[in-house]
Amino acid sequence: MSGCLAVWRKELVVYFSTPIFYLTGTFFLLLGGYFFFSNVAYYNLLSLQASQNPYLASQLNALQMVFRPLFGTLAVVFLFLVPLVTMRLFAEEKRAGTAELLFTYPLTDWGVILGKFLAALLIYGLLLAVTLIYALLMAWITTIDWGQIFTGYLGLFLLGAAFLALGLFSSTLTENQIIAAVISFGLLLLFWVIGWYEELGPLGWQGFFKYISLMSHFETFSRGIIDTRDLLYYFMVIYFFLFLTKRQLESRRWRG
Amino acid sequence: MIEIQDLTKYYGSTLAIWRLNFAIADGEIVGFLGPNAAGKTTTLKILAGYMPPTSGTATINGYDCLTQPLEVRGSLGYLPENVPLYRDLEVSQFLRFAAQAKGVDSRKQKPEIDRVLADCGLENVRHTLIASLSKGYRQRLGLAQALLNRPPLLILDEPTIGLDPSQIVEIRQLIKELAGEHTVFLSTHILPEVSQLCRRVIIINRGQIVASDTPANLTRELGESSRLAMVIKGPEDKIVTTLKALSGIKEVTARGNGHYLLEVEKGQELRPTLARQVVQAGWELLELKAQEFTLEDVFLNLVTEESEAEDKAA
Repeated sequence: MSGCLAVWRKELVVYFSTPIFYLTGTFFLLLGGYFFFSNVAYYNLLSLQASQNPYLASQLNALQMVFRPLFGTLAVVFLFLVPLVTMRLFAEEKRAGTAELLFTYPLTDWGVILGKFLAALLIYGLLLAVTLIYALLMAWITTIDWGQIFTGYLGLFLLGAAFLALGLFSSTLTENQIIAAVISFGLLLLFWVIGWYEELGPLGWQGFFKYISLMSHFETFSRGIIDTRDLLYYFMVIYFFLFLTKRQLESRRWRG
Repeated sequence: MIEIQDLTKYYGSTLAIWRLNFAIADGEIVGFLGPNAAGKTTTLKILAGYMPPTSGTATINGYDCLTQPLEVRGSLGYLPENVPLYRDLEVSQFLRFAAQAKGVDSRKQKPEIDRVLADCGLENVRHTLIASLSKGYRQRLGLAQALLNRPPLLILDEPTIGLDPSQIVEIRQLIKELAGEHTVFLSTHILPEVSQLCRRVIIINRGQIVASDTPANLTRELGESSRLAMVIKGPEDKIVTTLKALSGIKEVTARGNGHYLLEVEKGQELRPTLARQVVQAGWELLELKAQEFTLEDVFLNLVTEESEAEDKAA
């Protein structure tokens, strides 16, 4: 694990001194703000109608009508943005030749991988944390259940961490950042939609595709439920891709 | 310090180095010399633990470069070819990262960074972005990161390539100063560099070691016959035949404009005889001097001998 902190700090300095972080951050908050605003506007419209309709009024719930769809759309926005955050991590080291420095310092592979992963995770966490403003704004005008909000955020955080692990792995496959981004975007999209058609697949395997889909496990979090199966799923996905990253880095030692 | 045994590396089916064997003792400065694509960088990359050999072993301080990479890297300062650096960092940020990565104690980081900045003359660019540094500064920064944490062994891959003459002198001076403290193994294809810096030279060509000795011994070995350069005013063909007839002269070549190059048998002092001969013949002797063999001659000799032998074998 040695050197994890050194790599982590270096990656953060690079993130904060290059435009990619500020650009992705700007567009993420712009999109997030737009979705939050439109959700609230729609909720507002329904509240007006509910003043004439007692049944509708009983169904009104800020969390279900504003935050649940918001979490869903934010997850999709991250699907697009995470490849941009991770594409640089290993591809650029290879392109610029700095991999030769990095891998001749007394650092372990895990130290390098975790340093890079945790730096990207912090960046992601920062972007996510800014959106807590939406929850604070809602809390100011209505009562909300913070437990459910945080559950949703936990889900988004884990989902993003899985995205990042996949993106980190893609970045080890090439020395071209664009190719790394395309690979991770393609894989993420595949893992996202693979659960759409539950009945697909050979006999006895129908549930399988839904189970491995990144989206289906996020659903429960956005409803405000923490299920250990979903926690386990995300931890497994994260570990799986970090493990592949490690194997990919090791391969340079036995490949001619 | 370094021990290499039967080190072989193939890139796919292309041979890069073939059964290298050599050892470098503590405190030596050794030059690794060879034409481009001779296998210098490959050898250094394997030593630095960046690449595995196809077969054979390389050990540093008794640690195997392949199976104990962390121990090896801990005692190593490595300047890769072309000096890759993090362009988005400032000089001090980069050195801080390097110091942390090399496990320098957090309280000692600042004095250690200040020391290498001063040693490499980088104090005035401390807060400059690496992307905007000149080539000379980048080279020095590459050296500075290698020096962090005072590694016992420095491996420098072409440390002076691409620098202007005054920068080359500076870097060489710096490497000379390092000699006391570190074992230095540096690759180059610039010959004067080796004769100035190194006490021992290993010459490699087409992946094989062709010579390993002190620069002085190598030039002496080649000096089986020594050479004289003369400038004489007179009829060229007559001069050539007359001089050739003298005993002890192996070869006379006219190089035009009255310049002649004579190959003389070793151990004979022929200069007085030659001078007399020229004056007696009524020509004018303008210049007569002994020519030393340079490392260039040794190098070219070894490299061409090698390829001729190979061509014959094929």
